[in-house]
Amino acid sequence: MAQEIGGHSTSFASTGRVDRWWVEPLVTGAGFLCFVLYTTWAMFQASHYWSEAYLSPLYSPLFYIDQTAQGAAPLAHAWFGEWPRWWPAWLPPSPAIFILAGPLAFRMTCYYYRKFYYRSYFATPPACAVTSYPQKKYKGESALFLFQNIHRYTLYIAIGYIVILSYDAVMSFFKNGDIMHGEFGIGVGSLVLCVNVVLLSGYTFGCHAFRHLVGGRGDCFSCSAGKEHLGHKAWKQVSLLNARHMSWAWVSMIWVGFTDFYVRMVSMGVFTDYNTWD
Amino acid sequence: MAERTFRVWRGDAEGGEFKDYAVELDRGMVVLDALHLIQAQHAGDLAVRWNCKAGKCGSCSMEINGRPRLSCMTRINEFGSDELITVRPIKTFPVLKDLVTDVSWNYDQNKRIKPFKPKKKDADGNYRMMQRDVERVQEFRKCIECYLCQNVCHVLRDQDRKDAFVGPRFMIRVASLEMHPLDVEDRVPETRDELGSGMCNITRCCTDVCPEHIQITDNGIIPMKERVVDRYYDPLLWLLRKITGSGKKKASIDSES
Repeated sequence: MAQEIGGHSTSFASTGRVDRWWVEPLVTGAGFLCFVLYTTWAMFQASHYWSEAYLSPLYSPLFYIDQTAQGAAPLAHAWFGEWPRWWPAWLPPSPAIFILAGPLAFRMTCYYYRKFYYRSYFATPPACAVTSYPQKKYKGESALFLFQNIHRYTLYIAIGYIVILSYDAVMSFFKNGDIMHGEFGIGVGSLVLCVNVVLLSGYTFGCHAFRHLVGGRGDCFSCSAGKEHLGHKAWKQVSLLNARHMSWAWVSMIWVGFTDFYVRMVSMGVFTDYNTWD
Repeated sequence: MAERTFRVWRGDAEGGEFKDYAVELDRGMVVLDALHLIQAQHAGDLAVRWNCKAGKCGSCSMEINGRPRLSCMTRINEFGSDELITVRPIKTFPVLKDLVTDVSWNYDQNKRIKPFKPKKKDADGNYRMMQRDVERVQEFRKCIECYLCQNVCHVLRDQDRKDAFVGPRFMIRVASLEMHPLDVEDRVPETRDELGSGMCNITRCCTDVCPEHIQITDNGIIPMKERVVDRYYDPLLWLLRKITGSGKKKASIDSES
């Protein structure tokens, strides 16, 4: 290993650190990869995404529904009706294909996720004070990664998903998901869907872009009247969530996967959903 | 009293090597104490920059077992009893001698930032601002300019892009001015075009090493990046500015509501 002035090496991943610095990038990189693999697998299943009144968050909203699929939702829940005929035969008729790009784009441009995947997947740097993967002329987020600046648009999309998933959570309290005529009740699945909305809200409304938009973009919270402005109150609350953004990101992501898994298992008859209807 | 071995890099810009020194330690000692003992007992010519020994002057930055730290705030009992303690100069700046580096590049970056430009005084000839309005920038004022954040920033440290990025210390310097309630200067264009906000990829090492626990990334760099997005990458805000004709940059929450 080439030693340079000061006793430092410039070789990739060289460091003077003696702790297990590689554990964090390894664990976070592997954890996110597991989630991506699971969601990709779940997306291509195109079945068992609905049970009783529970709709998997990976499949919501349902733009089209293929009623021939096992564990498919009733057609009444489709925004645009029956599965389209123009759909290519080689692609599974999965409603998840239409919608997963939205939440994925929000997470991939999130300031926390950027930290971990630049470390885990791009090794720029793999960990603090560990030599980065060398690049001829490093440009950071000023060239290829300029697209990260769309984060606030993905935030708007993510807020839309919060509204939709909240509706799904409310729907889960009515038998067969029929809010107008279904019998009111509660099941374990209802609680799973509600927790999912709470965790996703904690993540989405603690986002750095949201923090900026609700108040952070101003220089003065009370200049004209000397009174605390609503924007400052909102900014303080968002800042509380933002301080734990990493935790919200991980817990909400894992719970989304678990919610899909729970609905899938109930739909397949593997799990019994304890509820007030049966 | 217990004897510990310290491995210290000795040399200058031409070259050097690690040398081991065994010193007798007392309880409660910090790494800087050990270096002073080495100076007193073994190597009178060992160069170490220090001043306050209280974590407030920012002089004694170095890398201790590979971690960028202040030597005066690093207690020896943090390390295992049989752990070799290796001390290097910070990597990002040129070595002058032993553990002392030339950090003058940082002073040049500071000069590139437009200074504070206050708005007009109130009718009674005074400036007024509320505590809640300056709390954000007061956090940045805690900076002791130890340059550990500059040292650990991989853009400067490994990618050698000092030509393109001023580093985290000066991003929070810009933020402290830009977010000041009395300041009317516009630094957003230079933040993107000259100071290089786009070079930062938010890996947060600067925050991790800050001895003053300043939330450099969350409270300084990301808000500045978002202001750049406001100005250059948000077509909705661009349209809004066109419609309302508000081209000015200093938009307080009050004036916008």
